[in-house]
Amino acid sequence: MTRDEVTLAIKDIIETIAPDEELVGLNPDERLRDQIELDSMDFLDIVMELRKRYGVQVPEEDYKELASLTSCADYLGPKLEDVELKVGC
Amino acid sequence: MSNLPRVVITGVGLTSPNGNDLQTFRKNLLAGVSGVRPYNIRHVGDTVAGICDFEVTRHQKRKEARRGTRAGSISVYCAREALEDAGLRIDDAAGTVGGRAKSRIGTYIGITEHGNVETENEVHNVSGFDFDLSFWSHHHNPRTVANNPAGEVTLNLGLTGPAYCLGGACAAGNLGIIHGMQMLQLGEVDLALAGGVSEAIHTFGIFASFASQGALGSHEDPTKASRPFDQSRNGIVVSEGGCLYTLERLDDALARGAKIYGEVVGYHVNSDASDFVLPNAERQAECMTAALAKADLGIGDIDLVNTHATSTNLGDLQESDALRRVFGDSHDGESRVFVNNTKSFIGHTMGAAGALELAGNLPAFDDKVVHASINVENLDPGCAHAGLVLGEPREVSRMDTILNLSFGMLGINSAVIIRRI
Repeated sequence: MTRDEVTLAIKDIIETIAPDEELVGLNPDERLRDQIELDSMDFLDIVMELRKRYGVQVPEEDYKELASLTSCADYLGPKLEDVELKVGC
Repeated sequence: MSNLPRVVITGVGLTSPNGNDLQTFRKNLLAGVSGVRPYNIRHVGDTVAGICDFEVTRHQKRKEARRGTRAGSISVYCAREALEDAGLRIDDAAGTVGGRAKSRIGTYIGITEHGNVETENEVHNVSGFDFDLSFWSHHHNPRTVANNPAGEVTLNLGLTGPAYCLGGACAAGNLGIIHGMQMLQLGEVDLALAGGVSEAIHTFGIFASFASQGALGSHEDPTKASRPFDQSRNGIVVSEGGCLYTLERLDDALARGAKIYGEVVGYHVNSDASDFVLPNAERQAECMTAALAKADLGIGDIDLVNTHATSTNLGDLQESDALRRVFGDSHDGESRVFVNNTKSFIGHTMGAAGALELAGNLPAFDDKVVHASINVENLDPGCAHAGLVLGEPREVSRMDTILNLSFGMLGINSAVIIRRI
């Protein structure tokens, strides 16, 4: 997965978890929680979907790395390097 | 009923397999329209069920529906529809509903069971991951706690009053009404959202268990699968549904000029203490008699009995026996009661049944028509009653009082009496 694809993968997961939110125009550097309605259960959902779709384990101490789209791409990029993008799951 | 405050029904919100509002539901009951359809569920395969098609996103965000349960969505839909029907406006800024503080509104929802759907879903989910429980959803507990349906209503409406569910097997819908009335009488709340819901068709276990018991209804024509009192009846049709009422103290309802569907004038709940599943006519009769006594009514005052009959062989016979014990077998003597059954149209909506089936009959206070029991081609002599309305609806000269029956497993019996105002 390229860095852009990692961002796409994250946005696709968020779209599943928060279907009422408008994701176009998200500032990649701003905290997701400050831009759309996401609570702690939603972040657990994101972690669960990463595990289900891509086999990625995100330990609790790393949850903070999922704060923004940019930090997601930084953190997940190396983990998803050899994994193929799956969207619309 | 003693000198406690009188309690009335002022709003109805419902979803039934044959209608998502009272007008449509009633129209279909009078027109003989069934809501039972072909259905397929994992592990069971092809069967029949009563399926609701209300618009979930009418009152819930998609995320709410995704995070919650089907029973929660049904409850939210019914609660919002009931408030709207009652003309009780939600004012979030003022923290009120119909002028009453949100902290003074109680939500009391009857359920047959809750949690089976989500537990089956999670077991199915982790089975795809070799039962690695790290894939088990963190949503499982909040979805399966017994207060989930009522809690989802409070979250959706921002209600801060008491809200919980009453587990009462298939008598639960009546329990919701009874409990709501009691809380109003005690002064615990100023408005109650009360009734019952069911998400039962989404658990394969309920179908499998009825099948193992020899009590799962079937017919080559799905609309005829639910046929209480018919000689060829062969079991229950599992259905989903919901019905919540707004209940208010009579004085409050009159003060705001509310439309009043009827007054809850009597009720009773008792137990068979005789079997896990087999009903007990003697105890059912005692339940009806006690409800009449609380309402200070005689059998001649009851115009309609809406039966619980589920289309099982023994259950229908026992209830018919109980009816004869209380009302006799004639229609022209002391008793002039009519008898009908709503499950013949919609199947068994489990926790919703008591409340939903009552709703289908409340309009009779205005139109003076008793909806029929359908699908009886050959009446079982053991289920015969002179007042039974079969096939076609019947116009009647008097319709002032309805006795609504709901019974459930482990021998729970409930009766609610509603009187026209």
